[in-house]
Amino acid sequence: MKADNETLLLRGLAKNDRKAIETIYRENYNLVQALVVKNNGTAEDAKDIFQEAMIVLFEKAKQESFTLQCQLRTYIYSICRRLWLKRLLQQNRFMIAEDSEVELAHVEEEVEEQERLNTEFSMMEKAINSLGEPCKSLLEAFYLQKRNMQDIALSFGYTNAENAKNQKYKCLVRLKKLFFSQYNSQT
Amino acid sequence: MDDIKLLEAVERYINGQMSPDERVHFEQLRKTNTEIDQLVVEHTYFIHQLTHHDEVRQFKAKLNDIHIDLGEQGIIESPRLKGKAKVVYLVNKFKRTALIAASIAGITTITISSLVWSLSSKAPAKDIAQLSRKIEELNRKNRELDKEIDQVKTTVSTPTTIIYKKGGTGFLLSTKGLLLTNAHVVNKASSVVVQNSAGKELAARVVYMDLARDLAILKITDSSFEAPASLPYAIRRSSGELAEPVYTLGYPRNEIVYGEGYLSAKTGYDGDTLSYQIAIAANPGNSGGPIINRNGEVVGMLSAKQTTAEGVVFATQAKYIHQALDSLKQDTAYAKTKLPAKSSLKGVDRIQQVKKITDYVYMVKVN
Repeated sequence: MKADNETLLLRGLAKNDRKAIETIYRENYNLVQALVVKNNGTAEDAKDIFQEAMIVLFEKAKQESFTLQCQLRTYIYSICRRLWLKRLLQQNRFMIAEDSEVELAHVEEEVEEQERLNTEFSMMEKAINSLGEPCKSLLEAFYLQKRNMQDIALSFGYTNAENAKNQKYKCLVRLKKLFFSQYNSQT
Repeated sequence: MDDIKLLEAVERYINGQMSPDERVHFEQLRKTNTEIDQLVVEHTYFIHQLTHHDEVRQFKAKLNDIHIDLGEQGIIESPRLKGKAKVVYLVNKFKRTALIAASIAGITTITISSLVWSLSSKAPAKDIAQLSRKIEELNRKNRELDKEIDQVKTTVSTPTTIIYKKGGTGFLLSTKGLLLTNAHVVNKASSVVVQNSAGKELAARVVYMDLARDLAILKITDSSFEAPASLPYAIRRSSGELAEPVYTLGYPRNEIVYGEGYLSAKTGYDGDTLSYQIAIAANPGNSGGPIINRNGEVVGMLSAKQTTAEGVVFATQAKYIHQALDSLKQDTAYAKTKLPAKSSLKGVDRIQQVKKITDYVYMVKVN
């Protein structure tokens, strides 16, 4: 029964359903906060770590091949623990309270994978933020809100759809350039 | 031009909008032309990144929102309760720094406070209007009521309804019902009530008043006041930055009103070092409203406007809120009061911030 519930929660999470996210948040946050606060961290750190773990879970839940091999609670806790350990190591600090009796899952791959996704996310974030208006809204309208060109031309004040299309193309080329220039300097 | 057409074709191909014939043709093209093949691969990856970025961004916003909600409902435990380890850690880490800082702070405080007192303008000049609001309609009703009362006075005992004539804005300083407003709003008041955004009136009394700095602290005494678990905004200790975008919420009328602007000078009217000058639209009734920056930190409290210029408003600096509370804390009943130090609204978009803050901003009505 519990496992079924958790599958449902993960399915909701994959669909970005607020209720599912809130339930997972409600049931797991305090445990993670206790872990972080006990180990040299602040409540703010706990929030960061927990939310990052939620993103890992979100990415995983979206993959059809993904099935949870342990309890959701164990999974989240393991990811948070791993993330926090990494962050402490980066600052040359260590865990104080080792929790030997707590069950842990293998999550190394997930955490590595998330690091890659994070770099990509921040590259896109940077590219979009330096793009400026009206390009940003124009691309969002077309690629994310999936509005058609007539509609976009009308609300952005272009004389016709063809005109809007040209503008969109120019914006896209700029955004791609901004994105891939970082991409190339990374690799 | 060709590039635009080519991209359009690639997008239709990726989205599966091509007819079967067209598709076969395009795939043939991909095989023979490596440049086109490259473009397809690159564009697929790029569009995936773009949509993925948006998805994660929305997801993050939702997480933040939920965090605030759960914090308010008290489901997320406040770390202060179990922060012993943290405190020890922080004390060890900052012991030396704290000692040095404290001694420097001590010296500066003494010098600055003497300076402040000699420099600050003692009373607001004539061309500054304090923004408390006379509730005209109520005034009129008051007169009508007076008339009616006169008529029935002989037969009925005097009714006890209180008519509130003046109004302003106030916002919560602590979860225990301490509310900050302008001293000029509640000065010489015989009774004070506050009204929340839902329109519910709550009894309050003045517990602290500093006319020179135009600060007053009220305590909501009404038994039906529901104390929130935490406040979403923080009260900043340092001063705001020039050109920093800010917004305010207040009650120039019977409905909460939002206004935005920027910090235009680090001193107030005539070089007054107690306040800032802010460019924002404000009306009588906005007095006592919080001035909030984009991180959800209160940087000041709106207090007065210059009548000779439009859009010039002055706000008391937030550090004086801390000082006012420090003096109030000498009263043992309030000794344990803490101002919210951390904003939970950082990174949250403006609409959501305002939605949260609305619940903590009250209309102050005075008789």
